[in-house]
Amino acid sequence: MVHGILAMQHPSERPKWWWWVFVAGLAAFFITMPFHLEIFVILEMSRFFGMAMLALSMGFLWGFSGILSFGQTAFFGLGGYGFTVLALNTGETTGSVFFAVALGAAGAGILGYFMIYGRISEIYLSVITLVFTLILEKGIRATSGDQYVIGKVRLNGQNGIPTVPQLDVPWNTSVQLDINWFFWVGAVVMILVYIGLRLLLTTPFGRVLVGIRENERRTELLGYDTRRYKLGAFMLAGGVAGLGGAFYAISIPLAHPEMFSLGRAADVIMWVLVGGKGTLIGPIAGVFAIEHFKGWLGTQGVGQVTLVLGAVLILFVLVFQRGLVPSIGSLPGLWQDRAAIGRRLGEAAAQARRPVRRRGQARRGSGA
Amino acid sequence: MRLSRRQFFQAASGALAFASLPHVLRRAGIASEDPIKVGNILDRTGILNIYSLKQIQATAMAVDEINAAGGLLGRPLELVFYDSQSDGQYNSQYVTEALVKDKCVVVHGGITSSSREVMRPIVNRFKGLLFYNSLYEGGVCDRRHVSTGMVPAQQLEPLFDYVVNELGGKRTYILAADYNYGHITSKWMQKFTRDNGGEDLAVEFFPLDVTNFQPAISRIQAAKPDVVMSALVGGAHIAFYRQFEASIGKDNMMLASGSYGVGLEHTQLSPEEGNGIILATSFVDDLDTAEAKDFVSRFHAYTGDTGYVGEYGEYGERGVKVWAEAVRQAGDASSDAVIEALASGNVSVVGAGGQYTVDGQTNHTTMDIHIVRGNMTQTFDVIRSFSQRPPLDTQQVCDLHANPDDKTQYEVEVE
Amino acid sequence: MDQVANYLFQIGFSFSIFILISLGLAVIFGMMRVINLAQGEFLMLGAYFCTLCTNAGINLWLSFILSALAVGVFGVIVERLVIQWLYGRIIDTLLATWGLSLLLVGGVTTIFGPQTESVAAPLGNVQVGAFGFPVYGLVMMAIAVALLVAVYAFWRFTRYGLIVRGTMQNPTISAALGVNRSLVYMLTFAFGSALTGLAGAVLAPIVGAYPTLGIVYIAKAFITVITGGHLPLIGTVSASGLFSTIDGIVATVSSSVIGEMTVLFVAIILLRLLPLGITGRMTRGV
Repeated sequence: MVHGILAMQHPSERPKWWWWVFVAGLAAFFITMPFHLEIFVILEMSRFFGMAMLALSMGFLWGFSGILSFGQTAFFGLGGYGFTVLALNTGETTGSVFFAVALGAAGAGILGYFMIYGRISEIYLSVITLVFTLILEKGIRATSGDQYVIGKVRLNGQNGIPTVPQLDVPWNTSVQLDINWFFWVGAVVMILVYIGLRLLLTTPFGRVLVGIRENERRTELLGYDTRRYKLGAFMLAGGVAGLGGAFYAISIPLAHPEMFSLGRAADVIMWVLVGGKGTLIGPIAGVFAIEHFKGWLGTQGVGQVTLVLGAVLILFVLVFQRGLVPSIGSLPGLWQDRAAIGRRLGEAAAQARRPVRRRGQARRGSGA
Repeated sequence: MRLSRRQFFQAASGALAFASLPHVLRRAGIASEDPIKVGNILDRTGILNIYSLKQIQATAMAVDEINAAGGLLGRPLELVFYDSQSDGQYNSQYVTEALVKDKCVVVHGGITSSSREVMRPIVNRFKGLLFYNSLYEGGVCDRRHVSTGMVPAQQLEPLFDYVVNELGGKRTYILAADYNYGHITSKWMQKFTRDNGGEDLAVEFFPLDVTNFQPAISRIQAAKPDVVMSALVGGAHIAFYRQFEASIGKDNMMLASGSYGVGLEHTQLSPEEGNGIILATSFVDDLDTAEAKDFVSRFHAYTGDTGYVGEYGEYGERGVKVWAEAVRQAGDASSDAVIEALASGNVSVVGAGGQYTVDGQTNHTTMDIHIVRGNMTQTFDVIRSFSQRPPLDTQQVCDLHANPDDKTQYEVEVE
Repeated sequence: MDQVANYLFQIGFSFSIFILISLGLAVIFGMMRVINLAQGEFLMLGAYFCTLCTNAGINLWLSFILSALAVGVFGVIVERLVIQWLYGRIIDTLLATWGLSLLLVGGVTTIFGPQTESVAAPLGNVQVGAFGFPVYGLVMMAIAVALLVAVYAFWRFTRYGLIVRGTMQNPTISAALGVNRSLVYMLTFAFGSALTGLAGAVLAPIVGAYPTLGIVYIAKAFITVITGGHLPLIGTVSASGLFSTIDGIVATVSSSVIGEMTVLFVAIILLRLLPLGITGRMTRGV
């Protein structure tokens, strides 16, 4: 069962009762936190929710549709800036959050159309998305001058916009959520996104996506227009990343160019890989583990934080290849889920039979 | 193996400043209960750490020295260091941690304007106190923020008077880093050029990661200014000084700056490349005063590093000294009591660069300014000094006595 | 006249930078398909070795060669410790080399401190009309072109070049023909590393050496090699030529930011038009 909770269950299967118990437990865990934890921990965790949504968007896109977008941060940043600019102009935040989602999805839609309908190969797609986020970063950094104003909000370039408004109550915009309420809203939204994406995988749309990940050509020959499905997944992930960006910007509070940066883009990959690709709970766990670790390191006087972080990363790749969640999950699975073992053996056999892979083709996860 | 503090500094070169070690406290004979917690948020890692490392050490030195002398108000200081990793996100996180979790009564830190602007709202939200020890573009009006660094009216006005009027650099060409500091500073540079009857030919901005300045240098050569004014910032921009010397040369064109030297650029360029660059500063190791020499030798002894300390190192001690004096005058270390004491305008100490007096109207600092020129020994020759220059620009727009709730950063308007 | 010389110089200078930063990557990523995100840090190490050598009183030109050798040896160590376990696992390589990149930045900062170490640019300048050009810039262009020719000749006309190309194309068959595959991979990685180290050393007099130096160049280098397409050398040269022309002209007319952004935009549009890169349709060459 532990095995299953940790999302080792095949993603296209309908979640069993204990998955719902797990989600309810997770929700209860978060909701009770403000009652027994220090305010500082609550503030720190609030910051993770936005990042967790970004990680989820990446985990979904990469783990389940096989699209490795190195530039999810582009939509994350667009969401953060979109929310901030609109909310500061209108003085209202609920609509602005939806705007952030729409902006993320629209950005992904435009970029995705060019790439996916242009049938650009995988590795080029990764690079183009990366270049896209770097262009946005350069562009936003170049807006320090006072001529760059949207409505009444100055973009501020490098400095970013530190006056991001706190969320307010939808029916009474003069009341702002306090620290605990923002925490609860963040937790609930993150869990809803998690549930939503998990359930989506059981729908025909989700199954086709997994089919595309496994073999795009075969899926296409079955009569599906894979481009539509991929673009849909890309836009959905863009929207989720935009939502994450809005929550992140509110939590710091700051909308800044680092949201688009190469470092952040690599963080996302790190979260998903360390947490476990091919799961949805893994990316969330990855955010909490890595970001907490990084924050902790900065106060430990270990010298260069990057030194430690780099060593940990290399170790992870060489030792825990499949990420935390699947590695832990597979321990009890060894004797509990014989079916899974059988499946994995089958896959291994299939892999052994497969002809030599063309160099340059990304290795795809086995989707355990 | 236990390293002594100095050995540790030598080993770690990047040096970390941690809370005062027990043996220092014991020697001072003060109880280590109930320490006053002082936060220090600077970039030990990442692209901005050239400005931070010496300051981290100097802050630790100042705190240790206060403890060795018996602490403040009979209580020891406990320094809590946070590495903001050159990323604004960590400034936000750690300032919250310092105020909410670690209950620091003051936070020293922030190098760039962006890091300061991230921290200010949070310091206000949790009613803390921020000492921003860095030169900057001026104009911040906020009683929970204290600036101990230079602002343009202090630094650039005498510099331009000297360069434009005395040396005849009438036609100026301005290069600045592409963020708040550069943009606002470049406006001041334009204003001071015109105030002195000069002509500002062009202003160009460069993102912090630009290293290829050849195109800009060719534009400069086409425009033929008398002097190039630089407000460039960071490790990558050092390349400009190198490429300038290789293609134009300071024999043919003057080069002056408001930001050169603070990242110890002069120790990293060759003697020829640094020779002749003119700047205005509130501290260089080469000042011929007893205080400056004493500070440099204490710093060398404390860290075991005999390199150039520079202005940004000195800011670390300056911030702690000014704050400690305010605590003594308030008789209470709490943020609000210290803010009250600062408002009086009587908080004044003598530090390595001379007298520092906090102006109660703006929470900015009156200090001595020196015009210096780089020489062939990779240090500076002091050309002349200006005594006790007040932060005039910020005083014109900010009055915390009249508007204690003001939080604005005002910007200069250049017609 | 001097305006023309100015544009030519800007383009040539930009070209030599593009070539220098991406030549090593063309070998490591273009040929070997190893996504080495620590490539920028190899460049940085080259620059540091160069400053160490010149500070020790060694002649600058000799320092270049020593730096190349040192980074080449470092490449061997990295390949044996990390990369050799990861061939074919593109994403894992990406993650591990990202870790390596962080490790190197942190390690170098700990050892040398964060400040820029410098090498004085030699040779002074030449005056053409109103413009003075650094002679070292011209030397850099010469070095870039010489490196290109040397690398091309090495791959194309030597027995080793043939073995390496064969192995990269089909490791199984070359193994069957008695080639020590593991050794070839190791040496090729070392060769790419040495090229990168040399590039870092050559850049040192222009930009100095500082721990985060590599971050500035890494995205540009990858974009150049990828836009080049599957023939690493020809592709890199043509992409560098295109990008440097755009960069040289746009940066001189407006500003360096606009120059860089234009290059990135052109890269995206180019990949939309030629999804396989500039050399996508070519079948022969290196």
